Amino acid sequence: MTGAAATLWRRELTRFFRQPSRIAGAVGTPLLFWLLLGSGLSGSFHLPGGPADVSYLQYFFPGTIALVLLFAAIFSNISVIEDRHEGFLQGVLVAPVSRLGIVAGKVLGGATLAWLQGVVFLALAPASGVRLTALSALAAAGILALLALSLTALGFAFAWKVDSVQGFHAIMNVVLMPMWLLSGSIFPVSGVPLWLGALMRINPLTYGIAALRWTLSGPAASRGSGLPGPAVSLGVTVALGIAAFAACLWATRGGRVE
Amino acid sequence: MTPAVEARGLRFSYPARRGAPARPALAGVDFQVAAGEIFGFLGPNGGGKTTLFRILATLARPDAGSLAVFGADLATQAREIRRRLGVVFQSPSLDQQLTVRENLVHQGHLYGLGGRDLDRRIAAGLERFGLTERVGQRAKELSGGLRRRVEIAKALLHEPRLLLLDEPSTGLDPGARRDLWETLEALRTSGVTVLLTTHFMEEGDRCGRLALLSRGTIVAEGTPAALKEEIGGDVITLAGRDPEGLARDLAALHPDLTFAVQDGAVRLERERGHELAARLAASLPGRIESITVARPSLEDVFLRRTGHRLYGEEEAA
Repeated sequence: MTGAAATLWRRELTRFFRQPSRIAGAVGTPLLFWLLLGSGLSGSFHLPGGPADVSYLQYFFPGTIALVLLFAAIFSNISVIEDRHEGFLQGVLVAPVSRLGIVAGKVLGGATLAWLQGVVFLALAPASGVRLTALSALAAAGILALLALSLTALGFAFAWKVDSVQGFHAIMNVVLMPMWLLSGSIFPVSGVPLWLGALMRINPLTYGIAALRWTLSGPAASRGSGLPGPAVSLGVTVALGIAAFAACLWATRGGRVE
Repeated sequence: MTPAVEARGLRFSYPARRGAPARPALAGVDFQVAAGEIFGFLGPNGGGKTTLFRILATLARPDAGSLAVFGADLATQAREIRRRLGVVFQSPSLDQQLTVRENLVHQGHLYGLGGRDLDRRIAAGLERFGLTERVGQRAKELSGGLRRRVEIAKALLHEPRLLLLDEPSTGLDPGARRDLWETLEALRTSGVTVLLTTHFMEEGDRCGRLALLSRGTIVAEGTPAALKEEIGGDVITLAGRDPEGLARDLAALHPDLTFAVQDGAVRLERERGHELAARLAASLPGRIESITVARPSLEDVFLRRTGHRLYGEEEAA
């Protein structure tokens, strides 16, 4: 299994670096979002109960990194559908390889790419007013790894079942995008209507964003934002990763191959 | 000796979907392939070849029946079968973004190969298929014929005992087709069993043994020569405006002969066909638009067994 997973992992990386347009799409769009939304909303944004000096650019920064991961996860899982259409997948499926090996190779490959893009974006932290220390950068990179794995695995589970790239985009738009919108990325839990707050609290990604916010800015930035504590955030984030990976194994059980 | 492939009573239906009823694709298929032979499945598109290929490649499980490859049972030992199997798909399985060498390296890893052993096998495979100079080229830059060669080199990397090919000649020019068959012959000589599907009659002729597949069943099986022998002599085909009436009138004039109307033409099988053809043409002047005399082909065998042509419309299996 390890040989198969490793070779499929390496293939994902090779393919990515041969398609530079993918890098532009995955990092460029969130960068634009961040600059435009961040600058535009800076004047009117005020974090309820929080320190007055938290600018929107700063508030929006962790969410933007999550968006980088999200886009990267979606892009990399398009290759699952392409592999099926181009015939590469059938060649893998007739090899003496376990489904676990296939899932591990594809998901870890996509997650590695998403993580790399997230880490590149992390380097922009000072521009948002977030001061990075070696420790906080390392912790943030760890959280990003967990989130990259979760989002890529979620995307994979859907991509395996979908026949077309268009269909996959449609599903991602109604599943992953709302997850991101309601994760506290662009507005905090505090101050929203009750029903919206409830939705945000059952959204596992909320806890991932909260964990990221903690590592980047410490407790100060999250005061008053209605965020769960760091231990709960980390626990839910780990659980999300495990659940998403299990979903992949469940999706690939049996023999759907055509 | 254990047969390379042994199939008994294979059945497969595609499940019903949105109003469309369940579609049976295989209706009880039995066959045996001996180790070291080239065995072909010849039949029209939609006759069940692709389904059978998918089951042989371990990508689909039959609804009923059993399949064993070198004694390993598909139901319980699929992994064992995969180790012994090299598969060449009709649609390419190469990663277009990767080079020839990268494609082969990944393939080797999937089969648990690595290190010097893998390097040696890749070098040998490239050499064998005249690909050594293409090693650094991306798959998408290769011509169809070259790509097929890489596919075969890839499928043979782990030295399988059974090579499965789905419509291997499709999309190849005559030169590439000739190369392909030289390769298959050489493989057979070296002890590899070759099993392929085709809808080309000429390709069926080159198989050691073949089975004609129509509407999910095997309608005939044997060596190409034996299959054609069952049609004694020549095949005479007469075309006219009203084939039914033509057959009736010909039968009245020649009570010793049997005329059959198949696929819009009158056909009969007879030795020394050229002499008879002249007599038939003279017996109904003006009614016969064309008359042909030919040695029987696999298509004639197919027509005789199924009542329809190999190259006609796709079969609605």
